[in-house]
Amino acid sequence: MREFDVLVVGGGHAGVEAACGAARMGARTALVSFDLDAIGAMSCNPAIGGLGKGHLVREVDALDGVLGRAADAGAIHYRMLNRSKGSAVWGPRVQADRRLFKAEVQRIVWSQPNLTRVEGEAAGLILEGGRVAGLELADGDRLEAPRVILCTGTFLGGVLFRGEERFEGGRIGENAATRMARQLRDADLPMARLKTGTPPRLDGRTIDWASLPEQASDADQWTMSPLTPERRNPQVFCAITRTTMASHDVIRANLDRSPLFSGAIDAAGPRYCPSIEDKIHRFGDRDGHQVFLEPEGLDTHLVYPNGISTSLPVDVQHAMVRSMPGLADARIVEPGYAVEYDHIDPRALTPDLQLRATPGLYCAGQINGTTGYEEAAAQGLVAGLAAAGDALGKEPPQLDRANSYIAVMVDDLTLQGVSEPYRMLTSRAEYRLRLRANNVSSRLTGLGLQAGCIGDERSAWYQAREERRQEFADVFARNVAAKDLCEQGLNVRRDGGVKRVAEWLRHDGVDLAALSPWLGDGFDEDFALAQEMAEDEVYAPYLARQEAELQDLRASENLALADGFAYAQVPGLSNEMVERLSAASPPTLAAAGRVPGVTPAALAALLVHARRLESEKAEGSQRAA
Amino acid sequence: MIGVNAASGHRDTIVALSSGVPPAAIGVVRISGPQADDALRALAGRMPEPRRASVAVLKDEAGDVLDEALVLWFPGPNSATGEDLAELHCHGGRAVIEAVQGALVKLAGVRLAQAGEFTRRAFANGRIDLAEAEGLGDLLAAETQMQRAAAMASAQGAISRQVEQWRDEVLRLSAMVEAALDFSDEGDVDDLPEGFTWNMRTLREDLATWLERPRSEKLGEGFRVALAGPPNAGKSTLFNALVESEAAITSPMAGTTRDVIERMVAIAGVPFSFVDTAGLRDSSPDSIEAIGIDRARDEMERADLVLWLGKEGEGPAGAWEVAARKDAEDFEAKASSDYAVSAVTGEGVSELKLALVAAAKEIMPKPGEAALNARQHAVLDEARQSLVQAEALGDPLLVAEELRSTRQAFDRILGSATTEDMLDALFGRFCIGK
Repeated sequence: MREFDVLVVGGGHAGVEAACGAARMGARTALVSFDLDAIGAMSCNPAIGGLGKGHLVREVDALDGVLGRAADAGAIHYRMLNRSKGSAVWGPRVQADRRLFKAEVQRIVWSQPNLTRVEGEAAGLILEGGRVAGLELADGDRLEAPRVILCTGTFLGGVLFRGEERFEGGRIGENAATRMARQLRDADLPMARLKTGTPPRLDGRTIDWASLPEQASDADQWTMSPLTPERRNPQVFCAITRTTMASHDVIRANLDRSPLFSGAIDAAGPRYCPSIEDKIHRFGDRDGHQVFLEPEGLDTHLVYPNGISTSLPVDVQHAMVRSMPGLADARIVEPGYAVEYDHIDPRALTPDLQLRATPGLYCAGQINGTTGYEEAAAQGLVAGLAAAGDALGKEPPQLDRANSYIAVMVDDLTLQGVSEPYRMLTSRAEYRLRLRANNVSSRLTGLGLQAGCIGDERSAWYQAREERRQEFADVFARNVAAKDLCEQGLNVRRDGGVKRVAEWLRHDGVDLAALSPWLGDGFDEDFALAQEMAEDEVYAPYLARQEAELQDLRASENLALADGFAYAQVPGLSNEMVERLSAASPPTLAAAGRVPGVTPAALAALLVHARRLESEKAEGSQRAA
Repeated sequence: MIGVNAASGHRDTIVALSSGVPPAAIGVVRISGPQADDALRALAGRMPEPRRASVAVLKDEAGDVLDEALVLWFPGPNSATGEDLAELHCHGGRAVIEAVQGALVKLAGVRLAQAGEFTRRAFANGRIDLAEAEGLGDLLAAETQMQRAAAMASAQGAISRQVEQWRDEVLRLSAMVEAALDFSDEGDVDDLPEGFTWNMRTLREDLATWLERPRSEKLGEGFRVALAGPPNAGKSTLFNALVESEAAITSPMAGTTRDVIERMVAIAGVPFSFVDTAGLRDSSPDSIEAIGIDRARDEMERADLVLWLGKEGEGPAGAWEVAARKDAEDFEAKASSDYAVSAVTGEGVSELKLALVAAAKEIMPKPGEAALNARQHAVLDEARQSLVQAEALGDPLLVAEELRSTRQAFDRILGSATTEDMLDALFGRFCIGK
């Protein structure tokens, strides 16, 4: 019998962040996994980041998480997506060498103080009086802790499909945690099934690279984490090929053999990352779909063909792959497959990802109906910090929709639930202009320091950076005359008067580099914070407009709705509204407004009732005093 | 969202005259909010006992006496608004009230209240419920808005339907931009489709057309006709001839009485407000004359139509030239007068009335046609401006932000976005100070 503050089940991206986050906060933490050697394994695409997802990586990193640094350690290809658009939607993405990535995750986990690693199968939960009290392992060993975070990914009741074949398990070659799944089902939690998939892996030596257009790693030396000063690995290039009409014919002719179409899988898959058979079926008019050929590592020949996730039978996968340019002789090393798995309806969770029905039991990652490493990692971090905060009597960082994508995701999940695997997108964030991937430290590291989840190295880096903020602000306040800018050949009106540097930055074609003669000696315009502050100026008018909106939002966030709020007793609330609100259990009035289908009239009734309860409570306590 | 912060004290302190329009015997100035005590102390020099009336000399910052008043202090939450609340029962002259309010809003964190804001705070603090607030609103508005209610009944649904249609269109445009932002790098989505800008412009023009339509307030306010000209041009006589024998309407939108003679009547079912600027000038000898002239000018600007009784060509642009004293011996016909009337004999008056009715109908909402009220007009104009911005921007990220802003404006009209708006709409019907 061993005692901990926090137990984390699962060593994937969610589990690693949950365990390390809890341990960073200072909680006595144990990470339980089937196979300790699998900690940090990337089960699908060896890429980290992307549109929306890159924001999550950077945010997890800004709270001193593991993912960003491990991504840099493994990165063999960097690409900033959406670079032609505004910087708020730039999507940093890397492809990582699986081995290097995993090694770095393990290095961080292994060296994390307060973190114990336990190898074994989490067979069942120990429950006492409706609360979690620990975990029972398959070998009979018992671990005691008042908080357990489940980060079990697709291992929960997972079934693999490949053509007519079926396997139990999460990833190929591993056991599915079916006993735990049964226990959760018996606990009558709201559960549903979703599916996801992976493409076949190719042998890079059988690809005709020379015939395909290349995509090189970005030349500028950006990294995922500011704690990674420079790139560590040699960079490789990817190649781009396309599906052809011949590929589409092969797929169409065999659609009935895909478990997605034969009816074997009826769970919803991700609309945003569909299987190739879905794409052909839904976008029948297209003559081809782009496929990125991404090397999986420096010392492996495996290549990940991004864009052809599939559950078609192996023979069809062969025919499809070989119908694409450059792949005429390609060999499939591991065929693709689809996974159908259980997930918990995330509306059953509180905003700190705790199951409302079972206090002390937290869930993070794919188990909550999300897809992607980044989404999983971010939830793991939220649950880990919250559980540790609960154990230690500390406040975790206060995240909300206006300061992080992490909070956008958690809010979406817990209020709206999922009807398909949830993937982060920039369009989910209404305050997108202030949530840039390149201002995460300003947004979150300070909050992390207050909460106590930031290590010494990042803390020192952050303090040094913040010390320069005033210096840049002073420079931005300098006055520059339009005619001087004109004389330097800048495209501004000569009679534009005198304006502050900050204001000039809002003009098209005027940036820090163009203004450098007026910024003073020693101004380092390449310094990331200076760039970030310059972008803040560009967006300033929009940010100002959002402020009013945010004030309203925060005002209604101050009105708390207790768990188990008796919606049925609110005068004038229809049964439909009572049902919707009870299912989502919004923690505040603002959150109630985001529950789908809740009407303004219902909110007003709710407001009045909640107010009345508050004042009755206040009067009651006055009388008592 | 909802202004629930009132109780937690993060709000401004608000001030308004909550009794009738001056001049009156007394004027009650209410102060509600976290700085109500400071404000009361600043003017009265001391804090009175809670809930007990006492007399105090009100002074401004400079120590000048403003008034001698009865002051009352109601600490929250057991006050009408649920916040700290003070009442100053002043003498009801316009100058006194203005001076007292002026001294109050100079204090930090104190500002004039918006329409319905006191009631709204009472609501937000649980002092009254929505049904009570709504009932109060109906009661206050009932007498004056009968015409409007009839006209608006059919129109409301039409506006919602129209805005919903625009909202759908903006959603469609937003989806295109969002797809370009979130998926274009994946190769399966193209950049913004052709016709995107064209669609946005079509929508913007559609909004502009609606914004040019007559506003619903015109029904309540009436077609405003100012009679202007030098003294003794016959303004008052004509004014009387126009309003007499017509059905009087108890003034709607009360609360803005001026030192002008203003009468609201219905002619052939069309509401009119006639304003005799003579009231200003004739009653203002010597020193106040200048102010009177300014007011007359303001009135002429504010009017939908000016009947100019002065020398030909000296009236404001667009005014109708009226030769008023057709019966007088020294009558000088204007070379190109639009109307020649004699108020005394009644000659020409009914022709003038017919012409006025025709002109008024031009700018009144057509029966059955949806008309925007001031709030909807303002919000819709914000939506239009966002679209204008969006057209000018190249960065799809900012286009998306402007479209989001447009969508929010539509939501505010529909009331589906936030309860704050629904409450704004509700409490906006109250007079200031209620």
